[in-house]
Amino acid sequence: MTTVAAPSAGTALDRVDGPEKVTGRARYAYENVPADLAYAVVVQATVSRGEVRAVDADSVLQLPGMIATIWHENAPRLAPVEDAELTVLQSPRVAYRGQVVAVVVAETLESATEAARLLRVDYRPEPHDVELRPDHPGMYRPDHVNPNYATDSELGDPDTALAFASVVVDATYTTPAQHHNPIEPHATVALWDADGLTLYDATQSTSGVRATIAPLFALPPESVRVISPYVGGGFGGKGAPHAQVVLAALAAKQVGRPVKLAATRRQMFAVTGYRTPTVQRVRLGADEDGKLSAIVHEAFEQTATIKEFAEQTTVVTRMMYAAPHRRTSHRLVRLDVPVPTWMRAPGETPGMFALESAMDELAVACGIDPVELRVRNEPTIDPERGLPFSSRNLVACLRGGAERFGWAGRDPEPGVRRRGRQLIGTGVASSTYPVYRMPSQASARAEPGGGFTVRIAAADIGTGARTVLTQIAADALRVPPAQVRMEVGDSALPRASVAGGSSGTASWGTAVLRACEGLMDALHRRAGDVPPGGLEASADTAEELRSQRPLSRHAYGAQFAEVGVDLDTGEVRVLRLLGAFAAGRIINPKTARSQLIGGMTMGLSMALLEESVMDLEFGDYLNRDLAQYHVAACADVRDVDAFWIEEEDPDLNPMGSKGIGEIGIVGTAAAIANAVYHATGIRVRDLPIRLDRLIGGGI
Amino acid sequence: MNGEGNSGPVFADPITADILLSVNGDERPITVDTRETLLDTLREHLDLIGAKKGCDHGQCGACTVLVDGRRVKSCLTLTVTVDDREITTVEGLAVDGALHPMQAAFVERDAFQCGYCTPGQLCSAVAMVREVADGWPSAVTADVSGPAALDDDEIRERMSGNLCRCGAYVNIVAAIKQVGS
Ligand code: FES
Ligand code: FES
Repeated sequence: MTTVAAPSAGTALDRVDGPEKVTGRARYAYENVPADLAYAVVVQATVSRGEVRAVDADSVLQLPGMIATIWHENAPRLAPVEDAELTVLQSPRVAYRGQVVAVVVAETLESATEAARLLRVDYRPEPHDVELRPDHPGMYRPDHVNPNYATDSELGDPDTALAFASVVVDATYTTPAQHHNPIEPHATVALWDADGLTLYDATQSTSGVRATIAPLFALPPESVRVISPYVGGGFGGKGAPHAQVVLAALAAKQVGRPVKLAATRRQMFAVTGYRTPTVQRVRLGADEDGKLSAIVHEAFEQTATIKEFAEQTTVVTRMMYAAPHRRTSHRLVRLDVPVPTWMRAPGETPGMFALESAMDELAVACGIDPVELRVRNEPTIDPERGLPFSSRNLVACLRGGAERFGWAGRDPEPGVRRRGRQLIGTGVASSTYPVYRMPSQASARAEPGGGFTVRIAAADIGTGARTVLTQIAADALRVPPAQVRMEVGDSALPRASVAGGSSGTASWGTAVLRACEGLMDALHRRAGDVPPGGLEASADTAEELRSQRPLSRHAYGAQFAEVGVDLDTGEVRVLRLLGAFAAGRIINPKTARSQLIGGMTMGLSMALLEESVMDLEFGDYLNRDLAQYHVAACADVRDVDAFWIEEEDPDLNPMGSKGIGEIGIVGTAAAIANAVYHATGIRVRDLPIRLDRLIGGGI
Repeated sequence: MNGEGNSGPVFADPITADILLSVNGDERPITVDTRETLLDTLREHLDLIGAKKGCDHGQCGACTVLVDGRRVKSCLTLTVTVDDREITTVEGLAVDGALHPMQAAFVERDAFQCGYCTPGQLCSAVAMVREVADGWPSAVTADVSGPAALDDDEIRERMSGNLCRCGAYVNIVAAIKQVGS
């Protein structure tokens, strides 16, 4: 039955779902068409705080093709759950502008859209508070920060160490609110039948949506099925279910027909999550040689009144560099704003912008090369946890990246290199991301007609998970990948963890591998004979994960940027961006490179373009579309490349891999800001690096 | 709008039109709501789901299709206006099951991740290569009197109407260059 094949892991297999995606055959959530389908469109609050007094539901029902108007007075009751983002249309309260106050359902999308536009909602507005300020009296200390880290940490006596340090950097950095903006808007098709509820949903976790939605409708999890074979990007925004899933299910229940519902691009700015804005103060104390004695990193962030999400902005600083005296903290304020959530490398992304900018400032203050400064502060063990690193190759990334980039001989003097109308500069920053692994299950089946089917409720949101898992399975089964059929994206498959925390390959790969090993054992016992009904084995990794020994596990990287800044307009162009990464074993170099440069591209976008602007008057994000919220376009992205160094780490998982979905965005913005400083002599501490910040800075 | 009286607006029935839509070589007689965009007609009525809705406002390019060989944003095109035109969607690029060279190059170069912007990128790329061949200049063409070259700068400029949030631009440019040269 089995033939010995050359290992697939480590080879650049084309995406196994590539043909489906380039031919338009791949069917995403909104593209499912159960019979008798109706269209739902949501209506959002136009006040930022207050109460819905009345909804003129009857009037729009006269519109041709209208089926229902659902609002808090006539909506089906949901079981109370802790997550108030999900208990939609249950009360008259409006907690933020843009919150859903009604859903209209009609025969066609045009009629539903028209009705949503015409629906009159009467409010009793209240004054709002939407401004994040570090001195806000409502600042509080959350119990923990995402997902489960201590809110604060302290070691030694950082205040005294700072007072006695020869060189001190004390600077405040800000990052704006950012929206994920996957190109596929959040969408759900909901269908009730005798078996329960089926949801075709755009999600990073079919198992998670099932577990979250079932209790809302007082259903056992087995009565909810979530199907999501293709997802048009998530970046954390589809990690946990948002209002639209519940609204679709609730509307379908109310009208007794299948319903499809998608957030519009504009609605997404209020109802599908975003990254909190941050204000961060970083203090570094060092001797003249740049050796750190103290690191203090404090973050101030916002969350919504109806739900707490505490971004772990300074957690990364607990591990990054050696220093005997250190403190990190997080403070949060509840504002009348939409609910923030995970967005690509929550914590690390804003946190490393601040820390890595401050390290550059320290390098300048000490007159030390910024690569060298980082090398000098390399810890031998995790500085706050006191644990050994499973592997840590930051220095190799810094050195290897510097060599490829052509860093040697860099003149540190800022503002002195001109090329035509541009000032040229280079900058560096470190990257890092933790190694997470979560329990998952999988099954592997030898088919009687030959070939194998491997099943797991994993999600391929563009990461290449389907492809990489195929390779892992193929190697375990000792067959070429073409003999493995990988099924993912369905909660009816063996339960899997969320596509988040860069944990997919490690979590799902372990389960897939164990299931395949089990199947190989079973096949051996039968001398390779596959019975007429096929032969199946399954695995659950919960036990295996519990026995993992405590170590500090992280991936590392170094990013190098070259920028040109227009002398007249202040326009910044990123001329080159190079990332060097150490992330364990790379299973598919082709999809891995795409992940890494994709993350770096999003980091470039964050550095130069992305900013959700809060309208203090109306209490809402103002720039609610892709014409006003700019994400990098093709012309913004020139020479972006990534490579990795060989890293053997036996203490991770059977594949020896670290996650690569998020590390690419970590540090990019700092590398670019540091390059802008080198080019112009202007230190931009507030993202994005807008023209006015350079022109105003006296370029 | 808030707090006004309850005398609701007067609602007229939607205005529909019977048209003959020519998509990927097939003639499809169809009755459309005159408010309907080509994107919604393709996706909701013809089950041609290749064209994607990313913004519905002409800002992302995911809905790009070809009308008489030229790229258009189908979310900004009312279906009633194209009843005498030749429409090609991503489903119409492959011939007899063989991938179009641009589709094959996208797979080979890994020019996508989630794949949601991809049909729009592909339609845009196919039309764009033709625009360059036809000598149409772009904002970065140095000499607008001569033929335009399909170099990286030209590709980036001409593909900037198609956003890719996964950040596959580097590979998209490589794939297009491979096909165009
Ligand atoms: S959907 Fe048409 S441009 Fe975005
Ligand atoms: S491949 Fe995901 S948006 Fe382009």
